[in-house]
Amino acid sequence: MREGELRIGVFVCHCGVNIGGIVDVEAVVEYAKALPGVVHAERNLYTCSSEGLSRIRAAIKEHNLNRVVVAACTPRTHAPLFQKVCEEAGLNKYLFEFVNIREQCSWVHTHEKERATRKAMDLVRMAVAKAALLEPQEELSFEVTPSALVIGGGVAGMTAALNLASQGFDVYLVEREKELGGRLRTLASLYQTEETPEKIIQKLVKEVEGNKKIQVFQGATIKSVSGYIGNYDVLVSTEGGDIALKAGVIIVATGASVYEPPTGLYGYRKYENVITLAELEQRLKEGQLPEVRDVVFIHCVGARGQDKSYCSRICCAASIKNALRLRRRGVNVTILHRGVTMPGLEKERLYNEARGRGVIFVRYELERLPSVQRSENGRLEVTFYHEDLSVELKLETDMVVLVTPMVPNDDAKELSTMLKVSLGADGFFLEAHVKLRPVDFATDGIFLCGAAHFPKDVAESVAQALSAAARASIPLSRGYVVAEAISSVVDEKRCIGCGRCVEICPYGAIALRDVTLQLGEVVLVTKKSHINPVLCKGCGTCVAVCPVGAIDQRNFTFEQIIAALREATTTVT
Amino acid sequence: MRSALVIGGGVAGIQAALDLAERGLQVYLVEKSPTIGGRMAQLDKTFPTNDCSICILAPKMIECFRHPNITLFSYSEVIGVEGVAGDFRVRVLKKPRYVDEGKCTGCGACIEACRLRGRFPNEFDEGLGRRGAIYFPFMQAVPRVPVVDKRHCLLFTKGKCGKQPACKEACEVGAIDFEQREEVIELKVGAIIVATGFDPLDPSVLREYGYGRFENVITALQYERLICASGPTRGHLQRPSDGKEPKRIAFIHCVGSRNPRAGRYYCSAVCCMHSTKEAILVKEHCPDAEVFVFYRDMRAFGKGFTEYIERAKSEYGIKYIKSDVLIEENEEHNLMIKYDERGRQRRLEVDMAVLSTLLMPRKDAKELAAVLGVKTDEFGFFEPADELLRPLDTSVPGIFAVGFCRRPMDIPESVAEGSAAAARVAELLGSLEARGEERGSEE
Ligand SMILES: Cc1cc2nc3c(=O)[nH]c(=O)nc-3n(C[C@H](O)[C@H](O)[C@H](O)COP(=O)(O)OP(=O)(O)OC[C@H]3O[C@@H](n4cnc5c(N)ncnc54)[C@H](O)[C@@H]3O)c2cc1C
Ligand SMILES: Cc1cc2nc3c(=O)[nH]c(=O)nc-3n(C[C@H](O)[C@H](O)[C@H](O)COP(=O)(O)OP(=O)(O)OC[C@H]3O[C@@H](n4cnc5c(N)ncnc54)[C@H](O)[C@@H]3O)c2cc1C
Ligand code: SF4
Ligand code: SF4
Repeated sequence: MREGELRIGVFVCHCGVNIGGIVDVEAVVEYAKALPGVVHAERNLYTCSSEGLSRIRAAIKEHNLNRVVVAACTPRTHAPLFQKVCEEAGLNKYLFEFVNIREQCSWVHTHEKERATRKAMDLVRMAVAKAALLEPQEELSFEVTPSALVIGGGVAGMTAALNLASQGFDVYLVEREKELGGRLRTLASLYQTEETPEKIIQKLVKEVEGNKKIQVFQGATIKSVSGYIGNYDVLVSTEGGDIALKAGVIIVATGASVYEPPTGLYGYRKYENVITLAELEQRLKEGQLPEVRDVVFIHCVGARGQDKSYCSRICCAASIKNALRLRRRGVNVTILHRGVTMPGLEKERLYNEARGRGVIFVRYELERLPSVQRSENGRLEVTFYHEDLSVELKLETDMVVLVTPMVPNDDAKELSTMLKVSLGADGFFLEAHVKLRPVDFATDGIFLCGAAHFPKDVAESVAQALSAAARASIPLSRGYVVAEAISSVVDEKRCIGCGRCVEICPYGAIALRDVTLQLGEVVLVTKKSHINPVLCKGCGTCVAVCPVGAIDQRNFTFEQIIAALREATTTVT
Repeated sequence: MRSALVIGGGVAGIQAALDLAERGLQVYLVEKSPTIGGRMAQLDKTFPTNDCSICILAPKMIECFRHPNITLFSYSEVIGVEGVAGDFRVRVLKKPRYVDEGKCTGCGACIEACRLRGRFPNEFDEGLGRRGAIYFPFMQAVPRVPVVDKRHCLLFTKGKCGKQPACKEACEVGAIDFEQREEVIELKVGAIIVATGFDPLDPSVLREYGYGRFENVITALQYERLICASGPTRGHLQRPSDGKEPKRIAFIHCVGSRNPRAGRYYCSAVCCMHSTKEAILVKEHCPDAEVFVFYRDMRAFGKGFTEYIERAKSEYGIKYIKSDVLIEENEEHNLMIKYDERGRQRRLEVDMAVLSTLLMPRKDAKELAAVLGVKTDEFGFFEPADELLRPLDTSVPGIFAVGFCRRPMDIPESVAEGSAAAARVAELLGSLEARGEERGSEE
C-alpha cells in the first residue's frame, strides 16, 4: 500500500493525569500535526474510553486516514482495542502503530516534565516514520483435522484419549508394548487406594477398548511425523506393516523408566537380596518375595546430586507404601533417607502412619553414604552414619531395597527430534513455560502429560492428562487455527542454506527444503530455508541470526525499523 | 447447556475460565475480592525460574477480562446453587463498589483526592502498605476500577465527606456512584469449577515464634510484598521496627504445619521452595546479608527444584539448618533464634525472621461447600470423589475443584488443574448433550 497519498492520524492520550500531568499533550499534538504524512492529530482525555474510540472511528472516516498512530499507555493491554476500532472503520489492523508515552515518558520522568514531553515527541516521530511504511497483513487461517494422536498407552495416555473421545474427537492411541497400562502393570499396590493397580488398569483398558472413537495400536511405534498443527501426517509402524494417519494434534504420554544402579553399588547385582524398589514391587505382585525378617530401604540411590541431580518426587511415597506393607507382615523395616519428601495431605498422613507402626527412619547425608557388605553369618550388613545422633551404626538385614529415581526413556531424544520439541537438561520433555504452560510444548499443536514430563504419581498424571486434553481440544473444536500475521519470511534469493535459523527457531517453524534452480543450461538443486507461516510466532530470532540478512519479519521489516531509528538519531530542537 | 461457572479468580480459576472460553463455552467467573489474580498477584518472583510473578500473570488476567466468552463478576459471591449437572441455577451476590464499572476509566483521580488517602493498611500488601477509603487493590488490578471501603469511607462512617465526596468531585467521567446497592444475579450453568485457593494460618496463635509480639517477625507473604518492586518499600528490604536494612535474616519452615498433635498434620508443599526463593532474593537485593533457613525436611520434588536449592547453597551461600526453632526478642528488636544442632542447644541473633506458615483452605471454604453441597475434609479442602482417576471431581457430579482449594500445590500444578477441569466440563457437557439428543431422537 505504498501507492497513493499517506494519510496518517495521530491520537495522543492524557490518560487523565497519568500522562497529562507530566507530558504537555497539547504540544505533542501540535508537533505531530507538522510531521510528514500526518493529516490529522488530536488529543483525548482517555483514548480508550468509548468516547475516545468513537473519535478514532470518526476521524478515520472524516479524514480518510490510512494509518493510525496512538500515543498512550501499553500495547500489552490496549493495542487489541485500538486495532479493533481500526478494523471497524475499515482499516486493516496492521496499519496501526502504538507509542507508549505513559510507562516510557510520564511514569519514568515524573520530575522532568519538559524532557518527558520532548521524549514523547521523539517517540511519536519514530512511530509516524514507521507507520508510513506499514503494510496491511492478512491473518491466514488453516483447517484442523479433528483427530488426535496419543503416544503412549499408560494411565496418562489412556486418560487423555478417553477424554478427547468423549468430547467427540477421533483418537489414535499408539502403545509400544503389546498391552496397554504402562508402569502400573508392574506395580503391586498404590499408596492412594486399596484397589490393585491391575484392577484400575483393567477398568481403563475396558473403557478404551469399548470406545468407538479410539483406535488402539499395540506393539506399535511412531515411524515418522511431518506437518504442523491441524495437519500432521503420521506413519505408525505395526506388526502388520506401516499405517498412515492424519491427526490435528499430538499428545506425548510416553511415561518414564526407572534408574538402574550400576553393578556393585550398595552390592547391587553382587548380593542376591539387594534389589531395586521396582523389583520389589514386581516380586510382591508376583508373590515371589522370599521370607525376610529385616529389610533396609535406602532412598535417593542415584538421585539428588548423584548420577541424577533431581529428586524424583514420588519414590519416598512409593517406598513407604511398601515399607508399610512389609511392616504389616511383621517385618522390621528401616528407611535410610535424606529428608522424607511427603508433601501435601495424603502423603504426610502415610508418613505419620508408617512412623506410628514402627517403621524406623534414619537420616543420612550425601557426604557420608551408607554401604552394604555381606555379614559374617551370610546375611547383609548395612553400615551408615546416623546424622541426628552423630554415630556410625551397623545393621544386619535380610534384604536391601534401593529406591531409585524415575528417569527419561532411552528413546526420548529420538522422539523429541521427530516431533521437533525440546528436552530439558534432566532429559525429560520440556514444556513451553515452566510456570504458566505446563502441558504445552513450545511447538503449537503438541502437548505433554504424565511421567514423560517429570516423575509424578497416578493422580497427578491423570490431572495432567486431562489438562493436555483440554488444551488439545481447543483447536480441534474450533476446526481452524489462525496463524500469526506478523511472521517472518525468507528471501530465497539471498538464503545460503546454512540452516542457522532452523536450529535457533524456538517453535520448530523453519526447515531447509530442496529448491531447484535453473541457471541457463544448468539445473541445480540446493537447500533453502522455508518458514512455515502456521508455526511462526514472529519472535524474530531467526531474523537476528541469519548471516546474510535473508529473513525479514512482517511489520518489523529492516526498512521500517531503520526508518524509526533514523528518526531516533536525528536531533530535533 | 454450554456454559460454566468458575468460582475464584486466582491462577487456577483464570486458567479454567480461559480454556473453557477458548473451547467455545460461555463462562461466568465469580471473584470475591475486588480484583482477580489471587495469591500469585501478591508474589514477587516465582520459583524455580524467578520469573516476575505479576508480569507473567497480568497478561492472563487481562485476557480473561477481555475474552468475549467470559463474564467477570468481581467483588461478588455465590450465595445459592440449585439443580444438577447440566442444569445448575446459581445466585450471585454482587457487592456495591460504589464505582460504575462501565464508566470508570481507571485513571485513579478519585484515589488521589480521597480525604483519607493513605490512612489504612492495604490488604494486598498484607498490611504493610497503606491505602485510602477508595483504592485500587494494586496497580494491575483487573478490573482496573477502584473500590470504596465502606468500613472507612466518611460518607458511611460520618454520613458526609465535606460538601461533596472528594472522590466524586475528582472523577471527570462521573463514575462514582454512592447509590449503588447489592445486586443478586441469577445464572444458569451446566457445570461449576471451584478454585478458591488458600489463606495462610495466622501465626500469632503459635506463641513460640513471637509473631504479633515481635515487630521483626513477619510472614512469607508479607515478605513477598516487602521485597517486591511494586510493594510498600518499593522493593527495598527494610525491617518493620526501624526501617533498617537487615544484615541477618532467618527463614523458618513448617510454622504450624506437620504437627499431628495440633491436628494440623499436613505439609503445605510449597514452602521449602518459596522460602528458598525468598532467601535468594535477599541475596540479590543485599549481597552482604547473611541468610539462614531452618527446615525439617527439604522437599524439593518438582522439575528443577533440587538444582534450585543447590544453587541457593553454592552460588548464594545460603545456610540451611535442620531444626525447629524458638524465637525471642532483645531490646534492639533483634531476634534470638534458639535451635538445636545434633542434640546441642544453639542460639543465633538475626535482625528479621520470616515465617513460612501453614497454608489452609479459605476461611469460608466450608460455607461455600455447604452452598454447593459438596464434601470437604476436616480442614476445608474440597475432597475428590475418586482420588486416583477423578481427582478433580467433587462429591457432587458437575462440580469440580482445582488448585490449592483441593490440596496444597504450586502454580504450574494449579494451572494444569485449571485446564484439566475444563476438559472434564467439556466431556461432561458433551455427554449430557449426546444423551439429550438420543432421548430427543427416540421421542
Ligand atoms: C516403583 C514405582 C512405584 C510406584 N508407586 C506408585 C503408587 O503407589 N502410586 C502412584 O500413584 N504412582 C506410583 N508410581 C508412579 C506411576 O507409575 C506413574 O505415575 C504412572 O505410571 C505414570 O503414568 P504414564 O502414563 O505417564 O507413564 P507410564 O505408566 O510409564 O506409561 C507410558 C506408556 O507409554 C509407552 N511408551 C513409551 N514410549 C513409547 C513410544 N515411543 N511409543 C509408544 N509408546 C510408548 C510405554 O510402553 C507405556 O505403556 C510408581 C512408580 C514406580 C516406578
Ligand atoms: C509466600 C508464598 C510464596 C509462594 N511462592 C510461589 C512460587 O514462587 N511459585 C509457585 O509455583 N507457587 C508459589 N506459591 C504457591 C501459589 O501461591 C499457589 O500455588 C497459587 O496461588 C494457587 O492458586 P489458586 O488459584 O489455587 O489459589 P489463589 O491464588 O488463592 O486464588 C484463589 C482466588 O479465589 C478467590 N476466592 C476465594 N474464596 C472465594 C469465594 N468464596 N468466592 C469467590 N472467590 C473466592 C480469591 O479471592 C482468589 O482470587 C507461594 C505461596 C505463598 C504463600
Ligand atoms: S520469527 Fe521466530 S518463530 Fe518465526 S521462524 Fe523466525 S525464529 Fe521461528
Ligand atoms: S476518578 Fe472516576 S474514572 Fe478515575 S478511577 Fe476514579 S472512578 Fe474511575
